[in-house]
Amino acid sequence: MSLLTVNDLKVHYPIRGGFFRKVVDHVRAVDGISFELQPGETYGLVGESGCGKTTSGRALIGLNKVTSGEMLFEGKDLAKMSRAERRNYTKDIQMIFQDPYSSLNGRKNVLNIIAEPLRNFERLSPKEELLRVQELVARVGLSPESIYKYPHQFSGGQRQRIGIARALALNPKLIIADEPVSALDVSVQAQVLNFMQEIQEEFNLTYLFISHDLGIIQHMCDRIGIMYRGRFVEEGTASDIYNNPQHVYTKRLIAAIPEMNPEKRFEKMHLRQAINQEYQTEYNNYFDKDGRMFDLKRVSDTHSVAML
Amino acid sequence: MKNPVLEIKDLRTSFNIKGDYYAAVDGVSITVHENEVVAIVGESGCGKSALALSVMGLHDRKSTKLDGQVNFNGQNLLTLTRSRLDKVRGKDIGMIFQDPMTALNPLAIIGRQIEEPMDYHMKLSASEKKKRTLELLRRVGIKNEQRVYEQYPHELSGGMRQRVVIAIALACDPVLLLADEPTTALDVTIQAQIMDLMKELQNQMKTGIILITHDLGVVAEMADRVVVMYAGEVVEIADVKDLFENPLHPYTRSLLNSIPSNMEGKEKLHVIDGIVPSIQNLDRKGCRFAPRIAWIPEEDHEEIPEMHEAAPNHFVRCSCYKTFYFPEDRVGEREYVATNS
Repeated sequence: MSLLTVNDLKVHYPIRGGFFRKVVDHVRAVDGISFELQPGETYGLVGESGCGKTTSGRALIGLNKVTSGEMLFEGKDLAKMSRAERRNYTKDIQMIFQDPYSSLNGRKNVLNIIAEPLRNFERLSPKEELLRVQELVARVGLSPESIYKYPHQFSGGQRQRIGIARALALNPKLIIADEPVSALDVSVQAQVLNFMQEIQEEFNLTYLFISHDLGIIQHMCDRIGIMYRGRFVEEGTASDIYNNPQHVYTKRLIAAIPEMNPEKRFEKMHLRQAINQEYQTEYNNYFDKDGRMFDLKRVSDTHSVAML
Repeated sequence: MKNPVLEIKDLRTSFNIKGDYYAAVDGVSITVHENEVVAIVGESGCGKSALALSVMGLHDRKSTKLDGQVNFNGQNLLTLTRSRLDKVRGKDIGMIFQDPMTALNPLAIIGRQIEEPMDYHMKLSASEKKKRTLELLRRVGIKNEQRVYEQYPHELSGGMRQRVVIAIALACDPVLLLADEPTTALDVTIQAQIMDLMKELQNQMKTGIILITHDLGVVAEMADRVVVMYAGEVVEIADVKDLFENPLHPYTRSLLNSIPSNMEGKEKLHVIDGIVPSIQNLDRKGCRFAPRIAWIPEEDHEEIPEMHEAAPNHFVRCSCYKTFYFPEDRVGEREYVATNS
């Protein structure tokens, strides 16, 4: 059974205006997406800013209200639950945030930051709590004395590892990682990505990995969903997406990855121009007359594309 | 040999921190020729932005000390008075900033902002200015230039704004462009568009460009020559092809190994041990990268690391590159030896 099944999820924000600030229209931030996460896999959600990838992630963890659709976590619909019911499941779904500078409370020391989820959900004596936090801190590779330090005393990579330790505190099943390395330097990025892969094996975690960086997505993910204007344009395994992209938007995204071989840079530039041409001429095959994407259609067992 | 446009000689930029001066740029020498794109790469804190600010004279004059020379057009920019410097920057040297939202004035229309440097540096009538501005907008790939001329920055998308920033930098036909992370704040597809635009403009206008970035992908796409910086120093200079085919300095090699490159699958990425030292705690004696490659014996480093020409036009600092290896590459070998003996 899949760990999480998302069915036709929609998150709309009202636009108010006119007399009495009536709702005149909606921003369709997420406009009907469906996907499944299998236990132990890494699912990548990719797209450019404003495509709804972060909104989807936040809806799953309960930070955004869902307009309609289902989010079945182990068969139970999170969207229909009351806050109190949902509390039983928040333990199992944790989040790693983008910016390690703003996602850690600067007035709390590491002990209090990591212990906060424990205090919310588990009744531990101060001694047990300290032991658990020490274990976690050691697991993410920080020195034991660091639990009495404050976030500003750490480097970016170390901070992100504190954020990961906090997410691991309750032994979650699913971790939603929203651009976990975008704010970090390349060498620190490598550190955090390696570490995320290690703990995935160790704790049998499932990741929903949200990013705009296609290089990192390819490195980390088993399956990938490409989002554009709140909808999926293509979904498939990493090799489906990178070796056999079908939708013109996917092709455009992949062509935009900088070419690491300097001798091929003009080739790449011409490829991009060709794809832009295709985007203009074939527009009607990929978008309907309102500029909306078509529904996903299967092209193979693992690969679906939003095409006419 | 092409003519040099800008020569930076032994530049040292020091910031005042609690009464003491610490060099963020520590003896950097770089030459940029006409029609050449020189990329300066490094991670945050390596001094690449401080370098750009010193060249443009945009540093805080009260708390910054500059030494060395920045020769441009026969004058040393570091010794010019502010008013003399103002005659050069914005005219012969244009600058492209990282974040197009903060680089533009939210209260002025686009046309006005592109015309502003022309007011200072060129004697043009109002209609000539407008004509030139519209042409610049077309040149940076904006199709409805008449409309954009009248618009405010918030009405444009990020990519359009960055095009406007480029148009401002080009307004007075500069011979040198300084681009500080020009694509970092942009989405991937927009980044690709801006890179292609800059390549095209560079081909047409033959300006020299200093491209400051942390993204090796952008370097591979745009640069002719690459300068790699670490902890305030240049550690390697090479033509872009040589640098990617045959990187020499341990730092360059480590950086290249830590990027998730395509086709690799789920392999482990290389992690550079330790952290970038802050300028206050930096040990300025010996090889600055040595603490992060502790498995290389001390005698392989030079006491006073110099730049060596390891291959024609390929310069590298310190001798440690000769014996450098990645420990993870040797793990298998050692096991093999152990089981055989």
